[in-house]
Amino acid sequence: MIKKFFESLIEKAIFISGITAIAIVVLIFIFLLKESVYFFLNNNLAEILFGMDWYPISEPPKFGFLPLILGSVLVTVGAIVIAVPVGLAAAIYISEVAPGWFKEILKTGIELLAAIPSIVLGFVGIVVLAPFIRNLFNLPSGLTAFAGSIMLAFMAMPTIVSIIEDAINSVPKSYREGSLALGATHLQTIRRVILPAASSGIMAAVMLGIGRVIGETMAVLMVTGNAAIMPTSILQPVRTLTATIAAEMGEVIQGSMHYYALFGIGFVLFVITFFINLAADMFLHRKKS
Amino acid sequence: MGNAKLTQKIVFFLLGVATVMVIIPVILIFALILVNGLQAISLEFIFSTPKAGMTQGGIFPAIVGTLYLVLGTAAFSLPLGILAAIYLTEYASDNWLTRLIDIAIINLAGVPSIVFGLFGVALFVILLNFGTSILSGSLTLSIMTLPVIITASKEALNSVPKSFREVSYSLGASRWQTVRNVVLPNAIPGIMTGTILGLSRAAGETAPILFTVAAFYLPRLPRTVYDQAMALPYHIYVLSTQVPNVPVKIQYGTVLVLIVIVFFMNISAAYIRAKFRKKKQW
Repeated sequence: MIKKFFESLIEKAIFISGITAIAIVVLIFIFLLKESVYFFLNNNLAEILFGMDWYPISEPPKFGFLPLILGSVLVTVGAIVIAVPVGLAAAIYISEVAPGWFKEILKTGIELLAAIPSIVLGFVGIVVLAPFIRNLFNLPSGLTAFAGSIMLAFMAMPTIVSIIEDAINSVPKSYREGSLALGATHLQTIRRVILPAASSGIMAAVMLGIGRVIGETMAVLMVTGNAAIMPTSILQPVRTLTATIAAEMGEVIQGSMHYYALFGIGFVLFVITFFINLAADMFLHRKKS
Repeated sequence: MGNAKLTQKIVFFLLGVATVMVIIPVILIFALILVNGLQAISLEFIFSTPKAGMTQGGIFPAIVGTLYLVLGTAAFSLPLGILAAIYLTEYASDNWLTRLIDIAIINLAGVPSIVFGLFGVALFVILLNFGTSILSGSLTLSIMTLPVIITASKEALNSVPKSFREVSYSLGASRWQTVRNVVLPNAIPGIMTGTILGLSRAAGETAPILFTVAAFYLPRLPRTVYDQAMALPYHIYVLSTQVPNVPVKIQYGTVLVLIVIVFFMNISAAYIRAKFRKKKQW
């Protein structure tokens, strides 16, 4: 009897744990909304989204998200432009071309990269990458959107490579054999048969890469120079959405408009990444069916 | 035809160059940190507190803080994650609720780390009044780690053959008895691998702990879960951006210690996985 009771108790705990993930996502949404609704209701929405000035502590404060959104977009586009072609090349090389022993080394290298904490990459960005960029382009400072893009491209690489690799590996063998049997070369087979068959996996990799890049905080905070101004060039300092929260949340007075504004940024980020992940998941599932 | 072969050779070579260009920086980063970091490492560096405005002394409180946070994170995310994975693999049927849970896990995995930090501030620090404390930080990191642990545990549980369960049921065991005595023991190595990997990520995270636990400098070690703590990732941030004139040696040394902790966890995970693969007989 006691055993039965224990069993039903633990099965209840299992069920509750099972639905925790839903509860957490809902809670995050509610809390971000709760802490930012005051901000969105008391400011003109057009002025928030299209305002070109982010001066949260001036008098009166200005909460224009546009420079931050453009900062995030600029850094993200730069990172994706670098990471997708290189990641695609690496995934093709690793899964199709590299000989066995070399493949293992390359895969281990990618896994090592994935394990490096972002704060460490940010540190390397400050001590190595930024001085390099400063000298290369003869700039006053190397802490620029470009430095952020390179760092983020690097960080998105393991995600992009491993998902594309999975997609390539799950292309049925018969496709490849059919193509080779018709006299196509290995390269022609990759281009005309394998990549098209893996295309939804590749799209998922791109989406997840974008999600990873937009949400990255510490490395970006450290290497992009942190200037909340309208970006005009990739060789200028910028400030992303994530970096703004990280840089300002520590000094903000709880309950001030600035505090609610930072939660507003968090809400925007949450919504963006939510849809990106949903899209990536759709691509992944399309591949399976 | 000769032309096509030549094109293929050139293209494959270029693909190889692109791949190596990703890997070489990784090697260089490790070499850089190792060579510069080793110069700082000494018993004094590991076991003493920062001195003279962080320009001298060691990083002991930050190491201890990070260990506390990893343990705290494990305490919350491990039971929750494993039970959730058991629900999904052993109990859940293929319905809308299960699909919703899967979507929630996928989205949780994609939430930016700084957003977890904000959530931690709003819920744990302010609403539940835990303050900036090890408790708030561990809970925030747990939520971030949860999807990794659930996904890895699910995979481990799924890899236990169906026939094991069927034999157990045919002997009259209940579902929980089957899970407890047959499925879980066979899945434990896989669960451990995933868990350690998840925790190693938590050890290196900065954004979620910025406002939930991390202290700039503490003269003494934390005593209870309601205390603030220093932590290695945040300490690296402080040393490299917030405090002027910190010797580069100390910065590299701190980075090296964090890297060693994170990689020790990763290597342990890989070791468990490899050992288990060899033993697995089905």
